Amino acid sequence: MTFAGWALILGFVAILIALTKPVGLWLFALYEGRRTPLHIVLGPVERSFYRLSGIDPQAEQSWRRYALHMLLFNAMLMAFTYAVLRLQGVLPGNPQGLPGLSPHLAFNTAISFTTNTNWQSYGGESTMSNLSQMLGLTIHNFLSAATGIALAFALFRGFARRQAQTIGNFWADMTRVTLYLLLPLCVAYTLFLIASGVPQTMAGVVDVTTLEGAKQSLLLGPVASQEAIKMIGTNGGGFFNANSAHPFENPTALTNLVQMLSIFLIGFGLTWTFGKAVGNTRQGWAILAAMTVLFLAGVTVTYWQEAAGNPILHALGTAGGNMEGKEVRFGIAASALFSVVTTAASCGAVNAMHDSFTALGGMIPLFNMQLGEVVIGGVGAGIYGFLLFAILTVFVAGLMVGRTPEYVGKKIESREVKLAVLAIAVLPLMILGFASLSSVLEQGLAGPLNKGPHGFSEILYAFTSAVANNGSAFAGLTANTPYYNWLLGVAMWVGRFFIIVPMLAIAGSLAAKRYTPESAGSFPTTGALWVGLLVGIILIVGGLTFLPSLALGPIADHLAMIRGQSF
Amino acid sequence: MGKDLSSALRPVVVMTILFAALLGIGYPLAMTGLGQLLFPAQANGSLVRATDGAVIGSSVVGQAFTTDRYFQTRPSAAGKGYDGLASSGSNLGPTSQALVDRVKGDVARMRAQGIAGPLPADLVTASGSGLDPDLSPASAQAQVARVARVRGLAPERVAALVAQQTEASLLGDPHVNVLALNRALDALR
Repeated sequence: MTFAGWALILGFVAILIALTKPVGLWLFALYEGRRTPLHIVLGPVERSFYRLSGIDPQAEQSWRRYALHMLLFNAMLMAFTYAVLRLQGVLPGNPQGLPGLSPHLAFNTAISFTTNTNWQSYGGESTMSNLSQMLGLTIHNFLSAATGIALAFALFRGFARRQAQTIGNFWADMTRVTLYLLLPLCVAYTLFLIASGVPQTMAGVVDVTTLEGAKQSLLLGPVASQEAIKMIGTNGGGFFNANSAHPFENPTALTNLVQMLSIFLIGFGLTWTFGKAVGNTRQGWAILAAMTVLFLAGVTVTYWQEAAGNPILHALGTAGGNMEGKEVRFGIAASALFSVVTTAASCGAVNAMHDSFTALGGMIPLFNMQLGEVVIGGVGAGIYGFLLFAILTVFVAGLMVGRTPEYVGKKIESREVKLAVLAIAVLPLMILGFASLSSVLEQGLAGPLNKGPHGFSEILYAFTSAVANNGSAFAGLTANTPYYNWLLGVAMWVGRFFIIVPMLAIAGSLAAKRYTPESAGSFPTTGALWVGLLVGIILIVGGLTFLPSLALGPIADHLAMIRGQSF
Repeated sequence: MGKDLSSALRPVVVMTILFAALLGIGYPLAMTGLGQLLFPAQANGSLVRATDGAVIGSSVVGQAFTTDRYFQTRPSAAGKGYDGLASSGSNLGPTSQALVDRVKGDVARMRAQGIAGPLPADLVTASGSGLDPDLSPASAQAQVARVARVRGLAPERVAALVAQQTEASLLGDPHVNVLALNRALDALR
């Protein structure tokens, strides 16, 4: 570990903390439906979208209606992308002449992008045409992110409103977030990326004769426009197989820093927006503090392990940190930081191959996802996932003192706790269930590239990533098989919507309650005690569940590594 | 519920079409137009041309160098090595025997070239993309003696060239672009 490495990590966090309030304020304006300066340009677009689709943006929806419209819209988008991918061979915008995708790969990919997972069973450059990347995939990068933020707004309203029957309008939330936040950010971001060396063209392959006289083909395409929303929307699906490790996606150390910042930007801002929405910004800062503690702990472990390197390779005559799967222009610190950022958020973009990390260095990304990606988390999904844990935490605190728990002015009663547990239980059930199944079935065991405990880690990582809607991989796993494509597709769908629906039900139930002012007997939900308790509950409930599986995978792998044993 | 479903149908279908047109067609095409107008070199892949105009590579993407007269690039898992249509890391885990065997082979190759001492980690490991354009300064310096010998140049001149081509970086590690270094090497006389 170096001074420069720690300066990068701490500087990264400092920049984000400085941006939290400005971004939070902007999000709050969208939450409230206020006019922004951008309405001059985009207001007519917004209004024409409502008019053409017959939407009244002022019409408030109950949680059931909000959920129904959100689900139908997402199902429609998924079907749309499935069709685009299947028909790729006959559609235009296909300079490489690539064929349509198989049913299981198209199913997997359509769900993957609809659920903001962006798991890639395919290699971008050898599978996807320019049109598929744009029309099939880029739209989801916007709309799955906008859906996530809209859902967070709905839950915020549940806490903020008093004796109300409604939680907002899905169409208005989703449209405003897309037009006034994601799109303008992406326009500026794309231009920055192009200026830094990311291609943006409709051309395909350029043939090159190298300095040594060999042939090399370079694939170009509309990379920058997809890259921008891939990061801002915590999507993570890269244009190329190697994702943000590819020099065309992430050409310099500066683009790398900006990519990491942009993964967390909205997640940080939303914590402030929540505080503002419930009338006490300290509530938001308390959440951010708990998230930051967990985040820095993860970075420390991964950076330490990667900088220490692999003793098995040291014995062969090499020195230094673990560079397998890493790019020289980023180095150890920026690669370790990126891996923790991308799995703390539900991004899943990678600038280094997690599969080739040291055993414990690679365990942290896995563990981050198993916690449910509540450390900052995906845009929207992170904060609503975190609030489920907050509900659980006040419940536990309430049990200790024998009082009905309250959180930001709402009594938390049996219905909310049951629904929160239901949502939180989805993760271990699906991850451990599917990973166990795949560890005994022949089709599952055909997947891993690596032998020994690392092979099990590859399977565990795949289902963790899918259920948590992350999308990064221990990419040695051969996932483009009917077995993995179908199963991971189901895992992604359940992991997204089986959490969202109980969460919206909580929003509806909270909105209907009356406001309970804080009293001397209320458990304070802003101070250090609260932050400590939150971190504890997240680690115990979210983390301990997975400890046995981690012992079989990364921990066993680590013990083998320090003994110098290979498989 | 039935009325709810039918009332949702129009927004669901129309919004899908509108957003697909705006985000899937309009946005990428507009960005392509702007990018081509403002930054044409980068938007088209930062291509590097020889004096005769032939494209010899991209300044941001790595290409394979395997001969002794050039600074050699890192091992690559992209296709058969530096395949621009198959970017990939090796994905071998820390305890993989295949990784051990590969590194053993590369270490032996380096020793045969006369490189002694502990080898910089990046010199014998595959990058994440398989298209890493760079080497660490240490990995380039380790190859100076060989390159100087094969080319009949003074080692001090080659070492100075490496130092000159090294890009310091506040945000990442210092690195040397191998294509730029080797082109500068060809220009030395």
